[in-house]
Amino acid sequence: MSADVEHAFRAEHGRAVAVLVRVFGDIDVAEEAVQEAFAVALERWSVDGVPPSPAGWIITTARRKAIDRLRREASREDRHAQAVLLAAQQDGPVEEVGPVQDDRLRLIFTCCHPSLGMPARVALTLRLLGGLSTAEIARAFLVPEPTMAQRLVRAKGKIRHAKIPYRVPREADLPERLSGVLAVVYLIFNQGYVGPRAELCEEAIRLGRALATLMPDEPEVWGLLALMLLVHARREARAGGVLLRDQDRRLWDRAMIDEGQAIVRRLLARNQPGPYQVQAAINAVHGEGVTDWPQVVALYDQLLMFTPTPVVALHRAVAVAEVSGPEAALALVDELALERYHLFHAVRAELLTRLGRRAEARQALQAALELTEGEPERALLRDRLAALPTS
Amino acid sequence: MTRYALIVHQPDGPPPADLDLDGITRDVRALEQEMRDAGVWVFSGGLHDASTATTVQVRDGELITTDGPYPEGHEHIGGLTVIEVDDLDAALKWGRKSAQVINGLPIEVRPFYG
Repeated sequence: MSADVEHAFRAEHGRAVAVLVRVFGDIDVAEEAVQEAFAVALERWSVDGVPPSPAGWIITTARRKAIDRLRREASREDRHAQAVLLAAQQDGPVEEVGPVQDDRLRLIFTCCHPSLGMPARVALTLRLLGGLSTAEIARAFLVPEPTMAQRLVRAKGKIRHAKIPYRVPREADLPERLSGVLAVVYLIFNQGYVGPRAELCEEAIRLGRALATLMPDEPEVWGLLALMLLVHARREARAGGVLLRDQDRRLWDRAMIDEGQAIVRRLLARNQPGPYQVQAAINAVHGEGVTDWPQVVALYDQLLMFTPTPVVALHRAVAVAEVSGPEAALALVDELALERYHLFHAVRAELLTRLGRRAEARQALQAALELTEGEPERALLRDRLAALPTS
Repeated sequence: MTRYALIVHQPDGPPPADLDLDGITRDVRALEQEMRDAGVWVFSGGLHDASTATTVQVRDGELITTDGPYPEGHEHIGGLTVIEVDDLDAALKWGRKSAQVINGLPIEVRPFYG
């Protein structure tokens, strides 16, 4: 794909599919038509240049392609094609501005419908809104491609047959449904963070930006976007699992941190906190020159009210160590039932080392090693183990 | 409009002794009336215990009749309601109401063909 078409594809795929799903009432028809239109664009744009409104061009071309194809199929007594064609012809001309925004929102809420399992929601969102190929999604989630293809077919079949609506939820259902959408985006981001495909983080940020444009009044949407920006800004410095305090801050993406911090400041002024906003605020504090640890502890206290989980409590304890010392932090950590979580042991090892309890620190590091799979992280743990003086 | 089945799955055998069967029956009837009033109700019925079932099946060209439900196991369909509504969100709304009425048993919401 040429760079221009590639860029337009990433930027406009979701928009184009969303409009065509409304027009045709069928995801497969919309998807195939958009694929075809991009194939035409690839030939045409390399000669004529990219048109002034790439999305408009793609949508118009895709619609024409779909109608041509449906006409051919409808004349062969294909009842489904006939019905889809009828629906499309009842609709007026395709508008490319105002309602398009709503279409993208509808598509997001359809892809993230609670009646679909989380893996299906993630796959649909990446496929339809992100324009990723089935092979790309399969690689990102370490799943064989046929498995991913089947997952997508099944999910689209359920949308069609069970009639999952193509609609933005009513006001009353919005908070719950929106948190389901945000969970999908954050899961995509985290998969990029821990897995081999960092471009998933960029995809998640792109989705986050789209959501923030579509729902500018939802503070948690902005909170998630800020959180992802602030975490992703440190990707270079973190490479190989380097801990925050050892990171070379010159490697941080300053523009991204500034953007994230600006969002956090706006959110603080609005004062409608939620879990993503608080996590963003914690990362914003880390983005300052010197971390204000008492403030981090206070923010974790707030986060614990939203998500009272032992993992959050573990992170809080790390901040407590900086404020009240390793002994106080260790007492908190030892109360957590996280024996199967590698970071629990890594944090204990760190605190025990600081307290000079080397034998216990060594045991904790070994326990962490046993539960850690990623090689860079394992190497880091081995280094820490080697650095422990034997006595 | 699409038809959906709301299927109740329940454990075999008699209900627990402390279960308020009369209360549940009353609530189920009231919900059925609510469905009729809303114009979505098509059919509903509760089934006798799975031990009353007979299964017939053609296997290797031979018609086999077996005593008992299909499949084997400890939970079977206890009854179903058929509703006709716009989409899955509407069907799930009635599914949730049913689940609250028959406290604790799962309700499977599933679309019919066509």
